[in-house]
Amino acid sequence: MSTTKIYLFVASMTVVVALLLTGFRMATAEQAEINEKVFNKRAILKSLAEGLDGDLDAMSDEEVQAVFENNVQQFVIKADGSVVEDVTAEEVKMKKEVKKAIEDRNLPLYVYANPTTNKSYYITAVRGKGLWDEIWGSIALEDDFNTIVGVSYDHAAETPGLGAEIKDNSAWVAMFTGKKIYDDAGNFVSINVRKGGAIPGNPHQVDAITGATITGDGVTKMLESGLQLYESYFATLKAGN
Amino acid sequence: MAETKVKETKEPLFGKKERKLLVDPLLDNNPITVQVLGVCSALAVTSLVMPSLVMTVAVVFVCAFSNLFTSLLRNIIPNEVRLIAQLIIIATLVTIVELSLKYFDYPTYKELSVYIGLIITNCIVMGRLEAFAMGNKPWKSFIDGLGNGIGYGIILIVVAVFRELFGKGTLAGFQILPEGYFANNLMVMPAAAMFILAVFIWIQRSRNKELIDIS
Repeated sequence: MSTTKIYLFVASMTVVVALLLTGFRMATAEQAEINEKVFNKRAILKSLAEGLDGDLDAMSDEEVQAVFENNVQQFVIKADGSVVEDVTAEEVKMKKEVKKAIEDRNLPLYVYANPTTNKSYYITAVRGKGLWDEIWGSIALEDDFNTIVGVSYDHAAETPGLGAEIKDNSAWVAMFTGKKIYDDAGNFVSINVRKGGAIPGNPHQVDAITGATITGDGVTKMLESGLQLYESYFATLKAGN
Repeated sequence: MAETKVKETKEPLFGKKERKLLVDPLLDNNPITVQVLGVCSALAVTSLVMPSLVMTVAVVFVCAFSNLFTSLLRNIIPNEVRLIAQLIIIATLVTIVELSLKYFDYPTYKELSVYIGLIITNCIVMGRLEAFAMGNKPWKSFIDGLGNGIGYGIILIVVAVFRELFGKGTLAGFQILPEGYFANNLMVMPAAAMFILAVFIWIQRSRNKELIDIS
């Protein structure tokens, strides 16, 4: 076969495939984007655990959107405690923010008001490194800005059954509920994922996951560096109360 | 009488040959345990049953349709660029799988996105295109693709069942072994897939002596 024919074949095949895939992508893009937003919203609401009014798994996508519409306020703050006006928390991409200098970072904060109990919860976003790639999560605090009501984690590429347990193992995730990020004297201590098991009664420790030491250490580091950044803003809220 | 004669000369849509194409790769000519292809992904995705199932469906789809399209194009694909042409067909189908998952089941897409992309590098798919679809008619190629995809999937699921059951005490997320069962973390590691695969091959070859030294 002549070279021209080969070129022609490859060129026409490329064009056909490109058109096909572009068409397919355009047809699915809108719904895919909605799916992604709902997926992210579910992850945020999941951190509320028992604090959420209703059962998240039973909620339809529309109901999740409605909860965000009606019961969630979005703020974007800086580490110095100031509020950024012209962005919503949803627009903040933590992946980009963690690469900036700490004082330049935009930090998303979701405030959920439970319509039944009238309690408010403050959901912060944290991001760090696991064993293979990035890990991130939402940490929901009670209105004392100290007690964790729940957390939800996710990861890019942790090992299923080991590091990925930070997302999949609901019993482990539930251990964070009720833990405190400040000690009695008001010093920031964060939460430590402790290898060998949390010391009973210690409000700042949870058990490590067997076989996932590095991911667990990643969670510890992520919480320490991430939660600290909200301290100033929470202080202004406390002063305002 | 004339009618029956016509029928006799025409090959049935799903006759003995097609049956053989579909059933052979399930056991006696299994792509993983006999041809020893696609082992890399069999080690990677099999720690849990659910991802293995979705991966199976995706590979069956890609394998069957890439075989079909390659066979349809087999007479116009220039020999010099046939591997590239095959790769484009596979990559297109994998992208379609990925976009469809994003559309229909976003959480599963999130869970599997890395693995789905890896189907492109699955040597079973490309192996069938080279070995079968380039020299056979579309319908036969399609069935061959189905058979090999399913043959791959069976092993994936068998390995995943053992790994999840003993590694976590669950199956597809449901608790099977009693709460007190101490999970064996070795089973979760890729190495465990190697052991299980090896045991599977051992059993298979000791039952069917013809398989020994084929690969």
